[in-house]
Amino acid sequence: MTSGGASRYNLPTPQRERNTLDIILQLVLNGLAVGCIYGLVALGFVLIYKATELVNFAQGDLMMLGAFTCYMFVVWYGFGYWVAFAVAVVTVGLFGAALDSLVLRRVLGQPQFAVVMLTIGLGAIFRSFASMTWGSEIYTLPTPFSAHTTRIGGVSVSHEYVSIIVGTILLCAILYAFFTYTKVGVAMQAASQNQLAAYYMGIPVKLMFSLIWAISAGVAAIAGVLLAPVSLIDINLGFIGLKAFAAAVLGGFGSIPGALVGGLTIGLIELCSGAYLPHGFKDVAAYVVLLAVLAIRPQGMFGTAGRKKV
Amino acid sequence: MTFFKAEGLAINFGGIRALDGVTFEVEPGQIFTIIGPNGAGKTTIFNLVSRIYDPTEGRLIFRDEDITAVAPHEIARRGIARTFQNIELFEHATVLQNLLLGRHAHRRSRFVEELLFLPRVRALELEHREAVEKVIDFLDLQPYRDSLIANLPYGARKVVEMARALCTQPRLLLLDEPSSGLNVEETDDMAFWIQDIRTLLGITVLMVEHDMRLVSAVSDRVLALNYGRPIALGGAREVQEHPEVVKAYLGG
Amino acid sequence: MRFVFKTSYAQDLGLFRDGVQRNWYLALFVGLLVLPVLVPTYLVDVSLVLIYGLAGLSLMVLAGYTGLVSLGHAAFLGIGAYAHVYFAQNLGLPWVVAVALAAVLTAAAGVLVGLPALRMTGVYLTIATLAFALIIQEVFVQWEPVTGGLRGKPVDKPVIFGLPFSSDVTFYFLCVVVLMGGLWLTGNVLRSPTGRAWVAIRDSEIAAQSMGVNLAVYKTMAFAYSAGLMGIAGALFAHKVGFLAPDIFSVLLSIQLLLMVVVGGLGSLHGALFGAVFVALLPVAISQARDSLPAWVGSATGIFGKSASTAAYLGVDRFVKQPGLEPGIFGLILVLFILFEPLGIYGRWLKLRIFFSTFPLYKRATFKRQKTYMRSERLR
Repeated sequence: MTSGGASRYNLPTPQRERNTLDIILQLVLNGLAVGCIYGLVALGFVLIYKATELVNFAQGDLMMLGAFTCYMFVVWYGFGYWVAFAVAVVTVGLFGAALDSLVLRRVLGQPQFAVVMLTIGLGAIFRSFASMTWGSEIYTLPTPFSAHTTRIGGVSVSHEYVSIIVGTILLCAILYAFFTYTKVGVAMQAASQNQLAAYYMGIPVKLMFSLIWAISAGVAAIAGVLLAPVSLIDINLGFIGLKAFAAAVLGGFGSIPGALVGGLTIGLIELCSGAYLPHGFKDVAAYVVLLAVLAIRPQGMFGTAGRKKV
Repeated sequence: MTFFKAEGLAINFGGIRALDGVTFEVEPGQIFTIIGPNGAGKTTIFNLVSRIYDPTEGRLIFRDEDITAVAPHEIARRGIARTFQNIELFEHATVLQNLLLGRHAHRRSRFVEELLFLPRVRALELEHREAVEKVIDFLDLQPYRDSLIANLPYGARKVVEMARALCTQPRLLLLDEPSSGLNVEETDDMAFWIQDIRTLLGITVLMVEHDMRLVSAVSDRVLALNYGRPIALGGAREVQEHPEVVKAYLGG
Repeated sequence: MRFVFKTSYAQDLGLFRDGVQRNWYLALFVGLLVLPVLVPTYLVDVSLVLIYGLAGLSLMVLAGYTGLVSLGHAAFLGIGAYAHVYFAQNLGLPWVVAVALAAVLTAAAGVLVGLPALRMTGVYLTIATLAFALIIQEVFVQWEPVTGGLRGKPVDKPVIFGLPFSSDVTFYFLCVVVLMGGLWLTGNVLRSPTGRAWVAIRDSEIAAQSMGVNLAVYKTMAFAYSAGLMGIAGALFAHKVGFLAPDIFSVLLSIQLLLMVVVGGLGSLHGALFGAVFVALLPVAISQARDSLPAWVGSATGIFGKSASTAAYLGVDRFVKQPGLEPGIFGLILVLFILFEPLGIYGRWLKLRIFFSTFPLYKRATFKRQKTYMRSERLR
């Protein structure tokens, strides 16, 4: 296993003559797109954490499963891209809900690290499963955006990166609307803040938690499918989850907008490290940021510090 | 010498002013009780004395020293020990190990010595054990010595909590609701123990309590709080008959 | 039911509960001494178990006794390994000095991780140690003059005080001695005030503070001691594997170490050793199963007819021969233990022993776990 996900993002080479602005724009787009992916995975972490105080170390592996499922439906069964996308998201979402009700509910109440270990174990199982079902090589997912570029104002813009950014914006808008305006969304917020009170108000808390897991897994799957054209699919795709931790911590572990802002920030920091620092530092930049945030301001940008009441 | 004094203590939690202008003094050898409805800020005072929280305003003076900014772990060394409202015992250890931890403030061995378990460490450990056994005798905890805390009933745990605080050999003992969760007999035992602590061990007691019988039986002075503000200070009888205290807390 | 009859306080201070327990362990020790005679071909594997035992001990002190769960202990193993090899081979220092310096260096790294860790609780600490391990792995790759980078670094056999320890038997005895030393030191610390303070930090930081435990100092000490022990394990590990490369000390190894202490049983020294045996023997068991399971399944389904039997055989054969199965099995075992046996192997052993000693009065609720649900209870 190489160190934490070494450079895996293939920059598409523009067919026309390159100029510096072109390259810079591509790099910035790359950084933003990758940052969006980090943000989405971090979003998944934070959703689960806010509801159940669990940290799901298998979030990255759920993303990997989403990417592989979509690949399977497109390449093996010949579905169209969009149909396969939807099916993959729904499948992984249901899988996440099943995971919650069958496995994770049993460990609620045990000390936190026990649950951490559980999710780590689950992640290993997912990777093994993926390796056995789909194989341990690297695969490409054909998408409507692959290797397409548009010229805007004299610079080429790769469709893959734009798809990621647009996809993230859409998803966040939908989630925001869901949580703020729909009854189910508000109920989920209530359940995550105070379980007992939610029960008293007639909210089916267990169902809400399964739903939160389903949404979180679905978001991870979406991130996986969006990422697939940029970074090829293989079983170690989930290690991006580790960098998404940095994003979640940077944004503040209990804050949803924080997760996204954190993701974008990490994406841009990685970009700058890749440009200005020697080779290899780009991979660990996220972890250095993580350690710095935890040491200086553990609640991140938007989080709040908690403390036990005695 | 000022034994213990709180001057103008105030603390804000966000927008809430949990304590405001709390001033009282405790003489050595006294049993001083703080009463008040729930949420009045009684345990907050304890948390300030234990230095778990920092006060927004005010000072704390113990034996002529200003302890307002002292680190939390220093408090035990200076001679203040406390119990907690929701028992904070070490669940996975035996009673004996919990009590031995109470002796930590008197630790005199160094890490390297402990690593090799030199005879000096062995002798010190036996000393600690003797001191702990005295407290066990005082509070009749002999049958529970080797029990895991997780296996003990609630009443026993409360006693162990108090024993652990006593093992620190404090000068000032903070008891947070010592009789909560205890039945009438256990509360009577607690009253006797509190008096013995003052009379036999010479320890000053500062306690928070709801059980008025216990308060009347043992307290020398009482402070009544309401919404973080002191509303009465005086003898037990005096405070219990004070009209504001009756209105805010006791009723009738 | 055997009662331990206590006659003096000194008895409670000892490393062993009473004479009987001490004799059992003495017998175990004698068994270890004669092992080379009984199983000469497996000595190398047993040496690995002993080294893992030392590593497990280190992590047990930090995670099991002090409650600071670290997902980055492979980094300390690596620092100890690379440092020892650099001191012994590149600088030519005597073996004992090289190991001691490696331990000190690793302990210093432990302090470095411990200092920011003082402000973090629970999962944040785990994440931070994970990040630290990933950074250190990259440092191993980049710092070529010392570590040899991706090319790797060959390790010579140990030469202590001029005597070569190159044979399996001598290396095995070296590991036995070092592990015994580690157990003795750790046992000493755990029965003295420092050990009690560590347990107090695990169970209730606030109560520990109010009893006079300086959290910062003791947490840092726990990190330093754990890392130092891991550094020594790293030195032995380097000699065992013979060739160091950065990708040995990966997140996977950290997870394996944590698996070791969790499966073994958190909070006891026995747990570290049980876990070490488990983790070291599991790959062996898996490869044995790979060879024999298909045939066994084939013969077991023989009652359904020849074609069913062959199909079963081929199916199972294809399944177990897949690469990537091993991490999955590790993960599955970890999940099963957490769900059904959170006290680990040692916990199960204790339960069995108590069952037999209190028979027929065993209460099912003896080991009922205490669950904490309230948010405020979980924040420590």
